[in-house]
Amino acid sequence: MTALDAQGLGKQYGRRWALTDCTLQVPEGRVVGLVGPNGAGKSTLLNLAVGLLAPTTGAIEVLGGVPADGPAQLAKVGFVAQDTPLFTSLTVADHLRFGAHTNPGWDAAFAQERITRIGLDPDQKAGKLSGGQRAQLALTLAIAKRPRLLILDEPVASLDPLARREFLQDLMEAVAEHEVSVILSSHLVSDLERVCDYLVVLAASRVQIAGDVDALLASHHRLIGPRRDPAQLPSGQEVIEGRHTDRQSTLIVRTDGPVLDPVWMVEQLSLEDLVLAYMSQASGTTRGRRPVLEVQR
Amino acid sequence: MIEFHLDARSGVAPYLQLIHQVRHALRLDVLRQGDRLPTVKEVASGLAINPNTVLKAYRELEYQGLVGARPGVGTFVTGTLSGASVAAHAPLRRDLTRWLDKARRAGLDEESIEALFLATFRATGTRQEEDIA
Repeated sequence: MTALDAQGLGKQYGRRWALTDCTLQVPEGRVVGLVGPNGAGKSTLLNLAVGLLAPTTGAIEVLGGVPADGPAQLAKVGFVAQDTPLFTSLTVADHLRFGAHTNPGWDAAFAQERITRIGLDPDQKAGKLSGGQRAQLALTLAIAKRPRLLILDEPVASLDPLARREFLQDLMEAVAEHEVSVILSSHLVSDLERVCDYLVVLAASRVQIAGDVDALLASHHRLIGPRRDPAQLPSGQEVIEGRHTDRQSTLIVRTDGPVLDPVWMVEQLSLEDLVLAYMSQASGTTRGRRPVLEVQR
Repeated sequence: MIEFHLDARSGVAPYLQLIHQVRHALRLDVLRQGDRLPTVKEVASGLAINPNTVLKAYRELEYQGLVGARPGVGTFVTGTLSGASVAAHAPLRRDLTRWLDKARRAGLDEESIEALFLATFRATGTRQEEDIA
Protein backbone atom coordinates (compact mmCIF):
# COMPACT_ATOMS: atom_id res chain seq x y z
CA MET A 1 0.00 0.00 0.00
CA THR A 2 1.27 3.48 -0.76
CA ALA A 3 0.96 6.09 1.95
CA LEU A 4 0.79 8.87 -0.59
CA ASP A 5 0.33 8.65 -4.35
CA ALA A 6 0.39 11.88 -6.35
CA GLN A 7 0.00 11.93 -10.14
CA GLY A 8 0.74 15.16 -12.00
CA LEU A 9 -0.37 17.07 -8.94
CA GLY A 10 -0.41 20.88 -9.17
CA LYS A 11 -1.78 23.76 -7.13
CA GLN A 12 -2.19 27.29 -8.38
CA TYR A 13 -2.82 30.34 -6.19
CA GLY A 14 -3.95 33.18 -8.44
CA ARG A 15 -1.26 33.23 -11.12
CA ARG A 16 1.42 31.55 -9.05
CA TRP A 17 1.99 27.78 -9.08
CA ALA A 18 2.86 26.60 -5.57
CA LEU A 19 3.27 23.01 -6.76
CA THR A 20 3.86 21.84 -10.33
CA ASP A 21 3.52 18.42 -11.93
CA CYS A 22 4.22 16.53 -8.74
CA THR A 23 4.36 12.77 -9.30
CA LEU A 24 5.36 10.91 -6.20
CA GLN A 25 4.78 7.54 -4.56
CA VAL A 26 5.63 7.14 -0.91
CA PRO A 27 5.41 3.62 0.55
CA GLU A 28 3.61 2.90 3.82
CA GLY A 29 5.57 2.05 6.97
CA ARG A 30 8.15 4.77 6.44
CA VAL A 31 9.18 7.96 8.15
CA VAL A 32 9.35 10.38 5.26
CA GLY A 33 11.28 13.64 5.45
CA LEU A 34 10.04 16.42 3.19
CA VAL A 35 12.70 19.09 2.71
CA GLY A 36 13.08 22.17 0.59
CA PRO A 37 13.51 25.93 0.78
CA ASN A 38 10.77 28.24 2.00
CA GLY A 39 7.97 28.57 -0.53
CA ALA A 40 8.94 25.35 -2.29
CA GLY A 41 5.44 23.91 -1.91
CA LYS A 42 5.93 21.67 1.14
CA SER A 43 2.92 22.97 3.09
CA THR A 44 0.85 22.99 -0.09
CA LEU A 45 1.62 19.30 -0.71
CA LEU A 46 0.80 18.38 2.91
CA ASN A 47 -2.42 20.41 2.88
CA LEU A 48 -3.44 18.65 -0.35
CA ALA A 49 -2.70 15.30 1.33
CA VAL A 50 -5.10 16.00 4.21
CA GLY A 51 -7.74 17.56 1.98
CA LEU A 52 -7.53 21.10 3.30
CA LEU A 53 -6.72 22.16 -0.27
CA ALA A 54 -8.08 20.82 -3.53
CA PRO A 55 -5.69 20.20 -6.45
CA THR A 56 -5.73 22.47 -9.51
CA THR A 57 -4.34 19.70 -11.71
CA GLY A 58 -3.70 15.99 -11.26
CA ALA A 59 -4.80 13.74 -8.43
CA ILE A 60 -3.68 12.63 -5.01
CA GLU A 61 -4.53 9.53 -3.01
CA VAL A 62 -3.60 8.92 0.62
CA LEU A 63 -3.67 5.31 1.87
CA GLY A 64 -5.72 4.43 -1.19
CA GLY A 65 -8.43 7.05 -0.60
CA VAL A 66 -9.21 10.60 -1.64
CA PRO A 67 -8.09 13.04 1.08
CA ALA A 68 -10.81 14.00 3.60
CA ASP A 69 -13.40 11.96 1.67
CA GLY A 70 -15.65 10.79 4.50
CA PRO A 71 -15.14 9.74 8.12
CA ALA A 72 -13.15 6.56 7.34
CA GLN A 73 -10.53 8.53 5.42
CA LEU A 74 -10.37 11.24 8.10
CA ALA A 75 -9.79 8.59 10.78
CA LYS A 76 -6.82 7.16 8.88
CA VAL A 77 -4.78 10.37 8.86
CA GLY A 78 -3.50 12.48 11.76
CA PHE A 79 -2.36 16.01 10.96
CA VAL A 80 -0.41 18.62 12.90
CA ALA A 81 -0.34 21.88 10.98
CA GLN A 82 2.44 24.46 11.11
CA ASP A 83 2.43 26.44 14.41
CA THR A 84 0.40 23.61 16.04
CA PRO A 85 -2.95 25.41 16.15
CA LEU A 86 -4.97 24.68 19.32
CA PHE A 87 -8.03 26.23 20.94
CA THR A 88 -6.32 28.83 23.14
CA SER A 89 -9.21 29.27 25.59
CA LEU A 90 -9.79 25.53 26.09
CA THR A 91 -7.85 23.58 28.71
CA VAL A 92 -5.64 20.56 28.04
CA ALA A 93 -8.42 18.29 29.42
CA ASP A 94 -10.97 19.97 27.10
CA HIS A 95 -8.75 19.13 24.14
CA LEU A 96 -8.68 15.46 25.14
CA ARG A 97 -12.49 15.44 25.54
CA PHE A 98 -12.85 17.10 22.14
CA GLY A 99 -10.54 14.47 20.63
CA ALA A 100 -12.58 11.66 22.20
CA HIS A 101 -15.82 13.07 20.80
CA THR A 102 -14.59 13.63 17.27
CA ASN A 103 -12.48 10.50 16.72
CA PRO A 104 -14.04 7.01 16.66
CA GLY A 105 -10.73 5.22 17.33
CA TRP A 106 -9.67 7.55 20.19
CA ASP A 107 -7.22 5.98 22.65
CA ALA A 108 -8.17 7.78 25.86
CA ALA A 109 -5.83 5.77 28.08
CA PHE A 110 -2.84 6.65 25.89
CA ALA A 111 -3.74 10.36 25.76
CA GLN A 112 -4.17 10.54 29.53
CA GLU A 113 -0.96 8.65 30.24
CA ARG A 114 1.05 10.77 27.84
CA ILE A 115 -0.24 14.08 29.21
CA THR A 116 0.75 12.95 32.70
CA ARG A 117 4.15 11.71 31.58
CA ILE A 118 5.12 14.92 29.82
CA GLY A 119 3.91 16.92 32.82
CA LEU A 120 1.03 18.88 31.28
CA ASP A 121 -1.52 20.26 33.78
CA PRO A 122 -4.99 19.14 32.56
CA ASP A 123 -6.54 22.41 33.82
CA GLN A 124 -4.05 24.64 32.02
CA LYS A 125 -5.47 26.71 29.14
CA ALA A 126 -3.80 25.84 25.83
CA GLY A 127 -3.09 29.53 25.23
CA LYS A 128 -0.84 29.57 28.31
CA LEU A 129 1.34 26.65 27.21
CA SER A 130 4.92 27.08 25.99
CA GLY A 131 5.76 26.33 22.36
CA GLY A 132 7.17 22.95 23.31
CA GLN A 133 4.12 22.02 25.39
CA ARG A 134 1.76 23.09 22.59
CA ALA A 135 3.65 20.90 20.14
CA GLN A 136 3.55 17.99 22.59
CA LEU A 137 -0.21 18.42 23.12
CA ALA A 138 -0.84 18.59 19.36
CA LEU A 139 1.27 15.44 18.85
CA THR A 140 -0.63 13.67 21.64
CA LEU A 141 -3.96 14.49 19.98
CA ALA A 142 -2.68 13.35 16.58
CA ILE A 143 -1.29 10.02 17.91
CA ALA A 144 -4.25 9.28 20.21
CA LYS A 145 -6.64 9.19 17.28
CA ARG A 146 -4.61 6.13 16.19
CA PRO A 147 -4.14 7.07 12.56
CA ARG A 148 -2.27 4.93 10.05
CA LEU A 149 -0.48 8.01 8.76
CA LEU A 150 0.75 11.05 10.66
CA ILE A 151 1.36 14.21 8.66
CA LEU A 152 3.40 16.85 10.47
CA ASP A 153 4.13 20.25 8.92
CA GLU A 154 7.31 21.77 10.42
CA PRO A 155 6.49 20.29 13.84
CA VAL A 156 9.77 21.25 15.53
CA ALA A 157 10.56 24.56 13.85
CA SER A 158 9.59 26.71 16.84
CA LEU A 159 11.01 24.44 19.54
CA ASP A 160 14.22 24.79 21.54
CA PRO A 161 16.76 21.95 21.13
CA LEU A 162 15.60 20.05 24.24
CA ALA A 163 11.90 20.27 23.38
CA ARG A 164 12.77 19.27 19.82
CA ARG A 165 14.61 16.16 20.99
CA GLU A 166 11.76 15.18 23.34
CA PHE A 167 9.22 15.65 20.56
CA LEU A 168 11.20 13.42 18.18
CA GLN A 169 11.78 10.81 20.91
CA ASP A 170 8.03 10.54 21.46
CA LEU A 171 7.36 10.47 17.75
CA MET A 172 9.85 7.60 17.24
CA GLU A 173 8.34 5.75 20.19
CA ALA A 174 4.93 5.99 18.53
CA VAL A 175 6.40 4.73 15.26
CA ALA A 176 8.04 1.77 17.02
CA GLU A 177 4.97 0.91 19.06
CA HIS A 178 2.10 1.47 16.64
CA GLU A 179 3.82 1.13 13.27
CA VAL A 180 2.34 4.40 12.10
CA SER A 181 3.70 5.93 8.90
CA VAL A 182 4.92 9.52 9.13
CA ILE A 183 5.43 12.32 6.64
CA LEU A 184 7.09 15.35 8.19
CA SER A 185 8.48 18.52 6.70
CA SER A 186 11.48 20.24 8.24
CA HIS A 187 14.43 22.49 7.52
CA LEU A 188 16.55 20.66 10.06
CA VAL A 189 18.34 18.03 8.04
CA SER A 190 20.29 16.88 11.09
CA ASP A 191 16.98 15.88 12.72
CA LEU A 192 15.73 14.24 9.54
CA GLU A 193 18.97 12.26 9.28
CA ARG A 194 18.13 10.57 12.58
CA VAL A 195 14.44 9.94 12.16
CA CYS A 196 13.75 9.53 8.44
CA ASP A 197 14.29 6.52 6.23
CA TYR A 198 12.77 8.11 3.13
CA LEU A 199 13.49 11.53 1.69
CA VAL A 200 11.63 13.87 -0.65
CA VAL A 201 13.36 17.06 -1.82
CA LEU A 202 10.92 19.68 -3.02
CA ALA A 203 12.34 22.83 -4.61
CA ALA A 204 11.07 25.38 -7.10
CA SER A 205 7.59 23.83 -6.70
CA ARG A 206 8.77 20.47 -8.09
CA VAL A 207 9.93 17.15 -6.65
CA GLN A 208 13.70 17.12 -7.25
CA ILE A 209 14.38 13.66 -5.88
CA ALA A 210 12.61 11.06 -3.75
CA GLY A 211 13.75 7.74 -2.38
CA ASP A 212 14.98 5.49 0.39
CA VAL A 213 17.64 7.37 2.39
CA ASP A 214 20.19 4.53 2.37
CA ALA A 215 19.70 3.99 -1.37
CA LEU A 216 20.11 7.72 -2.02
CA LEU A 217 23.30 7.91 0.03
CA ALA A 218 24.69 4.81 -1.69
CA SER A 219 24.06 6.17 -5.19
CA HIS A 220 25.52 9.67 -4.72
CA HIS A 221 29.21 10.49 -4.46
CA ARG A 222 31.47 13.50 -4.34
CA LEU A 223 34.25 13.21 -6.92
CA ILE A 224 37.35 15.35 -6.53
CA GLY A 225 40.03 15.39 -9.19
CA PRO A 226 41.82 17.34 -11.90
CA ARG A 227 39.66 19.74 -13.87
CA ARG A 228 37.38 17.81 -16.18
CA ASP A 229 34.46 18.58 -18.46
CA PRO A 230 31.42 16.89 -16.82
CA ALA A 231 30.15 15.99 -20.31
CA GLN A 232 33.00 13.47 -20.59
CA LEU A 233 31.80 11.36 -17.67
CA PRO A 234 30.52 7.82 -18.37
CA SER A 235 26.87 7.68 -19.40
CA GLY A 236 25.59 6.25 -16.11
CA GLN A 237 26.89 9.19 -14.09
CA GLU A 238 24.61 12.18 -13.75
CA VAL A 239 26.16 15.39 -12.43
CA ILE A 240 23.96 17.05 -9.81
CA GLU A 241 26.41 19.77 -8.91
CA GLY A 242 29.76 20.75 -10.35
CA ARG A 243 32.33 23.25 -9.12
CA HIS A 244 35.51 23.99 -10.98
CA THR A 245 38.69 25.93 -10.28
CA ASP A 246 41.31 26.29 -13.00
CA ARG A 247 42.91 23.03 -11.89
CA GLN A 248 40.34 21.06 -9.93
CA SER A 249 36.79 19.80 -10.38
CA THR A 250 34.49 18.85 -7.51
CA LEU A 251 31.39 17.04 -8.69
CA ILE A 252 28.38 15.59 -6.95
CA VAL A 253 27.37 12.67 -9.09
CA ARG A 254 24.54 10.20 -9.06
CA THR A 255 25.26 6.72 -10.32
CA ASP A 256 24.04 3.22 -9.59
CA GLY A 257 27.39 1.61 -10.38
CA PRO A 258 30.82 2.15 -8.84
CA VAL A 259 33.07 5.03 -9.91
CA LEU A 260 36.05 3.30 -11.50
CA ASP A 261 38.09 6.15 -12.99
CA PRO A 262 41.23 6.34 -10.78
CA VAL A 263 41.71 10.11 -11.27
CA TRP A 264 38.81 10.75 -8.90
CA MET A 265 39.00 10.77 -5.16
CA VAL A 266 35.56 9.43 -4.22
CA GLU A 267 33.88 10.62 -1.01
CA GLN A 268 30.66 9.69 0.73
CA LEU A 269 27.96 12.35 0.97
CA SER A 270 26.04 13.27 4.08
CA LEU A 271 22.28 13.67 3.78
CA GLU A 272 22.73 17.41 4.18
CA ASP A 273 25.22 17.56 1.26
CA LEU A 274 22.75 15.65 -0.86
CA VAL A 275 19.79 17.89 0.01
CA LEU A 276 21.83 21.03 -0.61
CA ALA A 277 23.06 19.75 -3.97
CA TYR A 278 19.52 19.17 -5.21
CA MET A 279 18.30 22.46 -3.79
CA SER A 280 21.04 24.45 -5.49
CA GLN A 281 20.53 22.54 -8.71
CA ALA A 282 16.86 23.55 -8.61
CA SER A 283 17.58 27.20 -7.89
CA GLY A 284 20.07 27.36 -10.78
CA THR A 285 18.20 25.44 -13.44
CA THR A 286 14.52 25.87 -12.66
CA ARG A 287 13.63 26.10 -16.33
CA GLY A 288 16.21 23.62 -17.54
CA ARG A 289 15.98 19.92 -18.02
CA ARG A 290 14.10 18.08 -15.32
CA PRO A 291 16.23 15.63 -13.41
CA VAL A 292 15.19 12.01 -13.42
CA LEU A 293 13.14 11.44 -10.29
CA GLU A 294 12.46 8.53 -7.99
CA VAL A 295 15.24 6.29 -6.82
CA GLN A 296 14.19 2.66 -6.75
CA ARG A 297 14.92 0.66 -3.63
CA MET B 1 22.30 -3.96 29.48
CA ILE B 2 24.09 -1.30 27.48
CA GLU B 3 22.95 2.17 26.54
CA PHE B 4 23.54 3.37 22.99
CA HIS B 5 24.68 6.82 21.96
CA LEU B 6 25.02 8.50 18.58
CA ASP B 7 27.73 10.76 17.27
CA ALA B 8 25.96 12.91 14.69
CA ARG B 9 29.19 14.45 13.39
CA SER B 10 31.10 11.20 12.87
CA GLY B 11 29.72 10.66 9.37
CA VAL B 12 29.21 6.98 10.24
CA ALA B 13 25.70 5.72 9.47
CA PRO B 14 23.64 5.41 12.69
CA TYR B 15 22.96 1.68 12.25
CA LEU B 16 26.71 1.06 11.92
CA GLN B 17 27.34 3.05 15.09
CA LEU B 18 24.92 0.78 16.97
CA ILE B 19 26.66 -2.33 15.60
CA HIS B 20 30.08 -0.97 16.58
CA GLN B 21 28.89 -0.25 20.10
CA VAL B 22 27.58 -3.78 20.61
CA ARG B 23 30.78 -5.30 19.21
CA HIS B 24 32.88 -2.98 21.36
CA ALA B 25 30.93 -3.94 24.50
CA LEU B 26 31.31 -7.62 23.63
CA ARG B 27 35.03 -7.23 23.20
CA LEU B 28 35.39 -5.47 26.55
CA ASP B 29 33.17 -8.05 28.24
CA VAL B 30 30.61 -5.36 29.15
CA LEU B 31 28.05 -7.48 27.28
CA ARG B 32 28.02 -11.22 27.87
CA GLN B 33 26.11 -14.18 26.51
CA GLY B 34 22.52 -14.15 27.72
CA ASP B 35 22.38 -10.37 28.21
CA ARG B 36 19.34 -8.65 26.73
CA LEU B 37 19.80 -5.73 24.36
CA PRO B 38 17.48 -2.73 24.76
CA THR B 39 14.23 -3.14 22.80
CA VAL B 40 13.82 -1.42 19.45
CA LYS B 41 11.28 0.89 21.04
CA GLU B 42 13.65 1.80 23.89
CA VAL B 43 16.49 2.63 21.50
CA ALA B 44 14.26 4.50 19.03
CA SER B 45 12.67 6.68 21.70
CA GLY B 46 15.85 7.08 23.74
CA LEU B 47 17.97 8.32 20.83
CA ALA B 48 15.12 9.80 18.76
CA ILE B 49 16.05 7.62 15.78
CA ASN B 50 14.04 5.64 13.28
CA PRO B 51 13.05 2.18 14.60
CA ASN B 52 13.99 0.69 11.21
CA THR B 53 17.58 1.83 11.86
CA VAL B 54 17.64 -0.16 15.10
CA LEU B 55 16.03 -3.18 13.43
CA LYS B 56 18.63 -3.04 10.68
CA ALA B 57 21.48 -2.99 13.21
CA TYR B 58 19.99 -5.90 15.19
CA ARG B 59 19.42 -7.93 12.02
CA GLU B 60 23.04 -7.40 11.00
CA LEU B 61 24.25 -8.45 14.46
CA GLU B 62 22.05 -11.52 14.18
CA TYR B 63 23.59 -12.29 10.79
CA GLN B 64 27.04 -11.97 12.38
CA GLY B 65 25.95 -14.61 14.89
CA LEU B 66 26.30 -12.31 17.89
CA VAL B 67 22.69 -11.88 18.96
CA GLY B 68 19.43 -13.76 18.61
CA ALA B 69 15.85 -12.50 18.69
CA ARG B 70 13.35 -14.33 20.87
CA PRO B 71 9.93 -13.23 19.63
CA GLY B 72 7.95 -11.39 22.27
CA VAL B 73 10.84 -11.46 24.74
CA GLY B 74 13.67 -9.45 23.22
CA THR B 75 17.05 -9.64 21.57
CA PHE B 76 19.75 -11.51 23.47
CA VAL B 77 23.50 -11.86 23.16
CA THR B 78 24.33 -15.33 21.85
CA GLY B 79 27.88 -14.92 20.60
CA THR B 80 31.13 -13.67 21.94
CA LEU B 81 34.04 -11.64 20.65
CA SER B 82 36.29 -11.52 23.69
CA GLY B 83 37.02 -15.22 24.09
CA ALA B 84 40.36 -16.07 25.64
CA SER B 85 41.87 -12.69 24.81
CA VAL B 86 40.17 -11.00 27.80
CA ALA B 87 42.72 -12.66 30.08
CA ALA B 88 45.48 -10.93 28.15
CA HIS B 89 43.90 -7.48 28.59
CA ALA B 90 45.21 -6.77 32.10
CA PRO B 91 48.95 -7.29 31.47
CA LEU B 92 48.71 -5.48 28.12
CA ARG B 93 46.96 -2.56 29.79
CA ARG B 94 49.74 -2.46 32.42
CA ASP B 95 52.40 -2.33 29.69
CA LEU B 96 50.49 0.38 27.87
CA THR B 97 50.11 2.48 31.03
CA ARG B 98 53.85 2.18 31.62
CA TRP B 99 54.53 3.22 28.03
CA LEU B 100 52.15 6.20 28.32
CA ASP B 101 53.92 7.36 31.49
CA LYS B 102 57.20 7.16 29.64
CA ALA B 103 55.85 9.12 26.69
CA ARG B 104 54.55 11.89 28.97
CA ARG B 105 57.86 12.05 30.83
CA ALA B 106 59.54 12.44 27.44
CA GLY B 107 57.42 15.57 26.96
CA LEU B 108 54.84 14.31 24.45
CA ASP B 109 51.40 15.94 24.67
CA GLU B 110 48.11 14.04 24.15
CA GLU B 111 47.97 14.83 20.46
CA SER B 112 51.53 13.65 19.81
CA ILE B 113 50.92 10.44 21.76
CA GLU B 114 47.77 9.71 19.78
CA ALA B 115 49.50 10.48 16.45
CA LEU B 116 52.48 8.30 17.36
CA PHE B 117 50.23 5.44 18.45
CA LEU B 118 48.07 5.60 15.31
CA ALA B 119 51.08 5.87 12.97
CA THR B 120 52.79 2.89 14.62
CA PHE B 121 49.52 0.93 14.73
CA ARG B 122 49.01 1.47 11.00
CA ALA B 123 52.65 0.74 10.14
CA THR B 124 52.65 -2.59 12.00
CA GLY B 125 49.23 -3.38 10.52
CA THR B 126 50.51 -3.06 6.94
CA ARG B 127 53.64 -5.02 7.80
CA GLN B 128 51.54 -7.93 9.03
CA GLU B 129 49.43 -7.85 5.90
CA GLU B 130 52.60 -7.97 3.81
CA ASP B 131 53.88 -10.90 5.83
CA ILE B 132 50.67 -12.77 5.15
CA ALA B 133 50.85 -11.95 1.46
